[in-house]
Amino acid sequence: MPRQLEGSRAVAEAVALCRPEVICAYPISPQTHIVENLSQLVKSGELAPCEFVNVESEFAAMSASIGASATGARAYTATASQGLLYMAEALYNASGLGLPIVMTVANRAIGAPINIWNDHSDSMSQRDSGWIQLYAETNQEALDLHIQAFRLAEELSTPVMVCMDGFILTHAVERVEMPTQEQVDAFLPPFQPRQVLDPDEPITIGAMVGPEAFMEVKYLAHAKQMQALELIPEIATDFKRAFARDSGGLIRSYRTEDAETIVVALGSVLGTIKDTVDELREQGMKIGVVGIASFRPFPLDAVRAALGHAQRVLVLEKALAVGIGGIVSANVRMALTGLQLHGYTAIAGLGGRPITKTSLNALFTDAAADRLEPLTFLDLDWELVNRELKRMAGSRASGPHAENMLRDLGAVAAGPV
Amino acid sequence: MFEVRIHGRGGQGVVTAAEMLSLAAFDEGRYAQAFPSFGSERMGAPVVAFCRIDDHEIRTREPVMEPDALIVQDPTLLHQVDVFGGCKPDGFILINSARSFDELGLGEFVQGFRHERLLTVPASELAREHTGRAVANAALLGGFAALTGVISLEAVERAIRERFAGAVAEGNVAAARAACVWVVAELRELSGATPA
Amino acid sequence: MKAPAIRFYQTGSFAVGNRLLDPEQRSVQADEQRSNSITCGHRACQGCGEALGARYALDAAMRATNGQMIAANATGCLEVFSTPYPESSWRIPWIHSLFANAPSVSTGIAAALRVKGREDVRVVGQGGDGGTVDIGMACLSGMFERNDDVLYICYDNEAYMNTGVQRSGSTPPAARTATTQAVGPEPGNVFGQGKSAPLIAMAHEIPYVATATVAELRDLEAKVQSAMEIRGARYLHVFVPCPLGWGSASKDTIRIARLAKESGIFPVFEARDGEVTDVSKIRRQVPVEDYLRPQKRFAHLFAPEPKTEVIARIQAGAERNIRRFGLV
Repeated sequence: MPRQLEGSRAVAEAVALCRPEVICAYPISPQTHIVENLSQLVKSGELAPCEFVNVESEFAAMSASIGASATGARAYTATASQGLLYMAEALYNASGLGLPIVMTVANRAIGAPINIWNDHSDSMSQRDSGWIQLYAETNQEALDLHIQAFRLAEELSTPVMVCMDGFILTHAVERVEMPTQEQVDAFLPPFQPRQVLDPDEPITIGAMVGPEAFMEVKYLAHAKQMQALELIPEIATDFKRAFARDSGGLIRSYRTEDAETIVVALGSVLGTIKDTVDELREQGMKIGVVGIASFRPFPLDAVRAALGHAQRVLVLEKALAVGIGGIVSANVRMALTGLQLHGYTAIAGLGGRPITKTSLNALFTDAAADRLEPLTFLDLDWELVNRELKRMAGSRASGPHAENMLRDLGAVAAGPV
Repeated sequence: MFEVRIHGRGGQGVVTAAEMLSLAAFDEGRYAQAFPSFGSERMGAPVVAFCRIDDHEIRTREPVMEPDALIVQDPTLLHQVDVFGGCKPDGFILINSARSFDELGLGEFVQGFRHERLLTVPASELAREHTGRAVANAALLGGFAALTGVISLEAVERAIRERFAGAVAEGNVAAARAACVWVVAELRELSGATPA
Repeated sequence: MKAPAIRFYQTGSFAVGNRLLDPEQRSVQADEQRSNSITCGHRACQGCGEALGARYALDAAMRATNGQMIAANATGCLEVFSTPYPESSWRIPWIHSLFANAPSVSTGIAAALRVKGREDVRVVGQGGDGGTVDIGMACLSGMFERNDDVLYICYDNEAYMNTGVQRSGSTPPAARTATTQAVGPEPGNVFGQGKSAPLIAMAHEIPYVATATVAELRDLEAKVQSAMEIRGARYLHVFVPCPLGWGSASKDTIRIARLAKESGIFPVFEARDGEVTDVSKIRRQVPVEDYLRPQKRFAHLFAPEPKTEVIARIQAGAERNIRRFGLV
């Protein structure tokens, strides 16, 4: 049944359909509407039985989720940016203990400088935490992925984060198909924990493991993610059978069959890229795009198969590994080991800077003509940067970078000269 | 695809306007995408919201760079913020004001535009008259329906009733109707008048 | 439920032999059928106050809850010595997550039990002073503020013992630790710092707050029983000497705990909804010196020459406790 909904609302309703038993929530932009909607659903009795706990920090949110999940309850939470970092220790703990918690990450930049807008630096910073990471392209996919996520998490006994672009998706009102409770119940069985704290059968969870066994326990987390490489496409196929649409999976290719240039990206920017690809195809360029839906586990084989025939690959990413460059591109490169093709990385959209069709068009055209540097920063204001670098070279007491540059832009009142 | 950009200030319901516009389009069986551009999260700061309407799935997520229609909810923005950036010469512009384009100091700017697509409407006054508050967003959508024909007034009314309840909804519906009537009358006059 | 008033005791130790009491008055520890929640074979030091306190408290909790209980443990000595891979001393359902989050994990467990209609199963969160008073304070406060149905027990040995005896927010003034060494003009921990977790708990006006020591077994067991008769956030702060960290003889653990109470250094009391409701009076007050001398962490107060001013300040602190809580 099609509805016109805000992305956050769609996700909240989808999560509610999954019958979560314990929801721990701490607010942070741009996830707030998700937890607000869920709190309303619980308080009104629409979502029951469910305990909604207003915790005092994101660290507490994940910790309480750990306790709840270990006690056999289906647990859910949501966060972004600074909040994800604040619970970083608990993320590793949850995956290390093998607890099937599902969490929405409303992708947002990490400060300093403080910034509430979208990019992928938050989830990228936790890519090695042992969590499965799925990226949604649209709000439809965002809501669908949560339903798939619970099933995936519980089958493998490993936590899953569903990443959706903050504001761009969370705050966009668009058409979605909301499943029915019956459909979700048929797709997602009740939670059957692999381990549970139970007075009738006492167990110890979380013991210290020394050098004699740590490698093996850690490897198990990796083994589960390798299993996920099989399970994710299976679940997506099952989902299509049950809900009649494509959602999730490992990767999705668009117009890549004869492409000489293939763009790779994650998340909502894929929509804008597809429009640009269509425009350029009209002009005769042989270009296509691959969207990576499962970033962890990283689908090395699928990516290699999808990109191997191209002459060049341009990875467009919304996060920056300071000191080296691309994050996704490094992973993509691993998939392409041994193959001869040009590889380009374009860092774009950091801190919510809009990624426009015009800019993409120019970027892709340059890529196709091999006119690009290996590492490009899309729409970066070089003059602004150079002015600050000059200031730094001129004096040790050059002042705070962000404020200096904002002043240059005229965004703040003039301060001391 | 028809792209709309709405300018206003925090607290004026600009984001809600875009949302209601998308609801109206959805109501008429079309695809619509509404989203805000996020300036500071505070009252009074300039806010921009966007709405795209099409007959098939909308994939792009960039801000509306070249609007087919522009709605300006707060005329104090006109000379402060570049509201007209990317506006096409055959685009629609609807400004919330009791004054004309000339009186707003925009006469010269709109020389190359199609004059029958540029209108001001005293939406705040109409809103105050029908709802008791000078929140012009719903009224402007009624005017927008009449000006562009992209959505019907009926769809706007349904969207208002979906978003609001009770007396608030009915007041806004009345304001939207009044603005629609105003715009229709203005358009009739414009088509009868000699071109500038 | 107060500890049964018992009118006779061994001189010196004030201990009461169980064979002289009616069966219902005997301690849980005297019961052969006790749950032995943390059983033998763990790796605690000889004379460890925390191992003793945990055994006392959890066995009492298991009796009070009919064995329907789940425990969440913070990182620390108790967690480390009780679960040396591949073994575990725990005979109860037990989870260790992180250092700072035992109260939050407990919250989550309680929420899960509630949603599953298993509120007959009770939750105990526990940790040392480091994990409770310092790094875990935010989570603890959150659990208190929400009045989650959790009994949190802090075993206070006044420093980060497991990592090598570093100072915590619970370390008393003048105490030597690895990060407040007995050197310089003001050797040991400084005056004017530290926090009282029981008072902080009371400030949250939770239904039940109590302090206890390992010197008074029945008192500790009775307090656990009282706590388990209540729903909502409850806090128990147990004073547990650490022979290794305090430089005391392993045979002196219980004696030192008693001296802490009898000198006024450690007030033993109960509070409900933010107000003190019962105080365990000092039987025969002793000067703080009696308490300080057996501990090498205070050795610098006595040699090479006695630091009478510092000892006087510590005494003043004890007097303040006595006055504030009405301990005599």
